[in-house]
Amino acid sequence: MIVKEQKLTIKIFSKDIEEKPTREGFGEGIVEAAQKNTNIVALTADLKDSTRLTNFAEKFPERFFDVGVAEQALITIASGMANYGKIPFITSFAVFSPGRNWEQIRTTVCLNNVAVKIIGTHAGLNVGADGATHQALEDIALMRVLPNMTVISPCDSEEAKKATIEASKTKNPTYIRLTREKFPVITTLKSPFKIGKAEILWYTKSPLATIVATGPMVYEALKAAKELDKKGIEVLVINCHTIKPLDQSAILNAAKISGAVVTVEEHQTIGGLGSAVSEILSQNFPFPIEFVGVKDSFGESGTKDELFKKHKLTKEEIIEAVKAVIVRRSS
Amino acid sequence: MEAENLQKIAKEVRKDIVRMIYQAGSGHPAGSLGMADLFTSLYFGILNHDPKNPNWEERDRLFLSNGHICPALYSVMAKSGYFPESELKNLRKLKSILQGHPERIKLPGIESTSGPLGEGLGQACGHALSGRMDEKHFRVYCITSDGEHNEGSHWESVMFAAKYDLSNLTLFVDRNEIQSDGPTEEIMPINPLKEKYQSFNWNVIEIDGHNFDEINGAVAKARVEYQKPTVIICNVTAGKGVSFMEGDYKWHAKGLTKEELDQALKELK
Repeated sequence: MIVKEQKLTIKIFSKDIEEKPTREGFGEGIVEAAQKNTNIVALTADLKDSTRLTNFAEKFPERFFDVGVAEQALITIASGMANYGKIPFITSFAVFSPGRNWEQIRTTVCLNNVAVKIIGTHAGLNVGADGATHQALEDIALMRVLPNMTVISPCDSEEAKKATIEASKTKNPTYIRLTREKFPVITTLKSPFKIGKAEILWYTKSPLATIVATGPMVYEALKAAKELDKKGIEVLVINCHTIKPLDQSAILNAAKISGAVVTVEEHQTIGGLGSAVSEILSQNFPFPIEFVGVKDSFGESGTKDELFKKHKLTKEEIIEAVKAVIVRRSS
Repeated sequence: MEAENLQKIAKEVRKDIVRMIYQAGSGHPAGSLGMADLFTSLYFGILNHDPKNPNWEERDRLFLSNGHICPALYSVMAKSGYFPESELKNLRKLKSILQGHPERIKLPGIESTSGPLGEGLGQACGHALSGRMDEKHFRVYCITSDGEHNEGSHWESVMFAAKYDLSNLTLFVDRNEIQSDGPTEEIMPINPLKEKYQSFNWNVIEIDGHNFDEINGAVAKARVEYQKPTVIICNVTAGKGVSFMEGDYKWHAKGLTKEELDQALKELK
């Protein structure tokens, strides 16, 4: 059942649960953070409105800069500002930043080790109609391989807001991955959030598997857990919002208790959360693991729901993966 | 400092460069030798800096974008007191503060990690913009190579500097007309460079990059330009001072043999 201390919304499984794109939470979070810290600046590559910087730009025009369609300069300019002592948040679509400008991030942000906060919106298949070119499915892999980089994939708009505010307080290079489309807001103002700390949202006494999910797929995982519970299959659900540094102890403890793991992400399973989790499991306890995620393919135009169905990112697929991993665990 | 004294220092810097690259077994001699005079002018006159306090808030900033010519930078840094000259022999060695391409975290006094081309001007822009936001009076200098002008990202930053009127920023172009694979105008022509920058709304000055008076004069003109960023195109000879390297792109990235080192040092006497 839902862990009470997580203070999730009481509407969690009702049809009228509020829905918001996670980029909204960023837009709210950066304004709140900037009111307290005058060193926070924001730069965008010609995507102010799409990346939800409009409010920031109106409230703090002297701290807002548009570099034009120039994602490489976006990074290097922000790096120079961070190097000076500013805290730059830079925004674009994830395919362009951190997609196009990866080497600039590697050299001028990570090797320099300066506090640039990279906001990649329109990550994942949920982008929908724009098609494969605009659906970033590789960004977690690109960022988590870089030394010094923190990688956060918030589960909803509220968590995105908290992640933004918390990221503004650290000196670390940070990537925050956000959605274009609306997803249920499952956490509340009172829900705990700490960078690097995974949270168990669904707890059972005798779990047969642990579902480790990230981003909006956390909600699908919770729905899967609820349905499995009805049929007498107990699982744990972990919201792994920080993919780097990974909360190894939380994941290993849950894996030990349950003996099997399913990872769930709206990203390539190659290099994403699934890889991150399997890396620590294989080094510690080689339990069976199943991956729910995009399997080495590109997206295409379509609605969010159509694409999630085609790429097997649904509650039903999570349930199938849980069943499969439990069979493997027992055989 | 008088031009005559600067010349003396620059000659010592050139000797350091060939020695360091010989000892390291690899490196980029042509570009480093070509810019020895500019580096000398910067560290022994132009820059408002304090080698004993490299993080001094009011210091002028120098961003070296074409990081591969760092032997010249390391030499003037040692000679002006950032670290002992005895360190120079450790260029490109394990645990050295003098990495093959400069690393900010390893060497205090370096503003930025560099080497991958097309990235220095953006960082200099970010710094210049931040300084202006906080009403700081330091100047930001950036050195780029001519080959680096092949990088699209460089031109992204050129546009940014003009949009935000970053007049506290001065860019030096190391115009030695060579790049890794050959003469710049053969590999990927960048001329007419002066007109390009003018059309991008920059204040453009072109000088002989080996003439100390011209260097200082150009920097003084940039200092009083308060509406536009300034680019100083420094026409220099690649490998300057070593006859068998001068103007030859094959010395872009190449170590020296003992015989070549001896010959170079003889010419630099």
